[in-house]
Amino acid sequence: MDLRTIVQLIVIGITFFMLINASALLVLAERKIMGFMQQRYGPYLVGPHGVLQPLADIVKLLFKEELRPKGADKWLFTLAPILSVTAAFAAFATVPWGAETTLFGLLDKPIGLGAADVNVGLLVIFAITSMGVYGIVLAGWSSNSKYSLFGGLRASAQMISYELSYATSLAAVIMLAGTLSVREIVDSQAGTWFGFIQQWWIFVQPVGFVIYAIAGVAETNRAPFDFPEAEQELVAGYNTEYSSVRFALFPQAEYINMATMSAVATNLYLGGWHGLLPFYTPLDPLIEEYGLGWMAFLAKISGFLFFYIWMRWTVPRYRYDQLMSFGWKFLFPLSVVNLIVTAAIVLYLNA
Amino acid sequence: MPENVIFYAFAALAIGASALVIGQRNPMYSVLLLIASFGALSGLYIQLDAPFVAVAQIIIYAGAIMVLFLFVVMLLNAPREDAAEYDRSHPLAHPGIGRFGALLATLLIVQLVWALAKVGELKAPVGSRSDAATVGSVVEMGRVLFTRHTFAFEATSVLILVAMVGAVVLARRESEQ
Repeated sequence: MDLRTIVQLIVIGITFFMLINASALLVLAERKIMGFMQQRYGPYLVGPHGVLQPLADIVKLLFKEELRPKGADKWLFTLAPILSVTAAFAAFATVPWGAETTLFGLLDKPIGLGAADVNVGLLVIFAITSMGVYGIVLAGWSSNSKYSLFGGLRASAQMISYELSYATSLAAVIMLAGTLSVREIVDSQAGTWFGFIQQWWIFVQPVGFVIYAIAGVAETNRAPFDFPEAEQELVAGYNTEYSSVRFALFPQAEYINMATMSAVATNLYLGGWHGLLPFYTPLDPLIEEYGLGWMAFLAKISGFLFFYIWMRWTVPRYRYDQLMSFGWKFLFPLSVVNLIVTAAIVLYLNA
Repeated sequence: MPENVIFYAFAALAIGASALVIGQRNPMYSVLLLIASFGALSGLYIQLDAPFVAVAQIIIYAGAIMVLFLFVVMLLNAPREDAAEYDRSHPLAHPGIGRFGALLATLLIVQLVWALAKVGELKAPVGSRSDAATVGSVVEMGRVLFTRHTFAFEATSVLILVAMVGAVVLARRESEQ
């Protein structure tokens, strides 16, 4: 094996490592932020300020007894959490998280930070995210419980409905950038307008960004769209019958999906590793020079994830029919209009 | 050599899963096996240097259509299908129809053998063609779709629209009763 392959493998390993830890960190962040918003401490007993709480949670879940209801479908009940978490990890495979680098002259040709670079990368992300619904639906069906079944049904209807707006808002950015490769889309956002505004697609596509953010929340089944696991109505929804590690894989998949959503939003609308703040700062040339773009990328993802958690503890849950009519009668037409207007402008400017 | 191994693995998965789709008594398993078969097919498309077709296969069939299938199977809560009683009065049990089916099956086998015999006449495998990278690209595909195959493309969209209107009409009639 040559040096390049080894470095590539290490980069893939780091991506995997970051994702695993992202779910643990997000659990802690969620509980801490929730505590802050409700004027209480949140976890604070395990380790300094409770930072070791996720570790305690994991150990507790690992040592619990694994139960399977008598009427459950043996194969699908086991397969469902595996599918969920596999789709969540695989979706991140084509998300780049840093500029191309030679690692301070170690390699002769620059290498991209990210697991894989595919020329239809954005479509691959979309395809694998849309496979994530099977884990939830199968969990709901195979548990042989009415609450789980309702959770699974809701998940499939909700994800099919919001995938449309989600994909349509992505298509507008694809047309502007003229490529399906995520790395090229990010690099099309380098530079500034008038010397102080970053050339991010969010300023060209504000409507698309809002649609993407809303549909992304619905796709990851987070509040205020967390119908598949609505506690007040369905006990715990699709994962009611799950326990121990099998249960732990569902929240893990959810948090990884959140990270993927935020990473795609950062890459498509917030300039990825180009620039830290929406306006030009003297830090920007330093970031480009020392190859610290991935830090700016992580900072933006953290901001987006904070927004996710903030929304969960601020906005109450919708009603199910409101969700459907909002998705089909408002969000989808709006995203189609956004797409048509963008297409017309792109055509006019290219002519 | 690894290409061959991967090809045979995907091909075996696609054929095996498709055969099991018909063999299953549980409709839920049939749906899942069909998804596995689509996945294997998209792997074959990637080997043919057509990543866009491969991803479109996953997005459209595995990601959208099969979720709807699964939704319907779950909504009806379809039970295990037991072996149906042999019903002589059923219109499909007519001996003439059985012979017609046998004729179609023979025709299919003849076509398959004919196609397999022609494989040797291909000059080069698709992957080793010099223009392989451009054939599968999205830009080239869009150009061909909107120039050479415009009529077929537009006719398909009209067909889908008609199917959609038909579904809405059927659904409305049921709710009014």
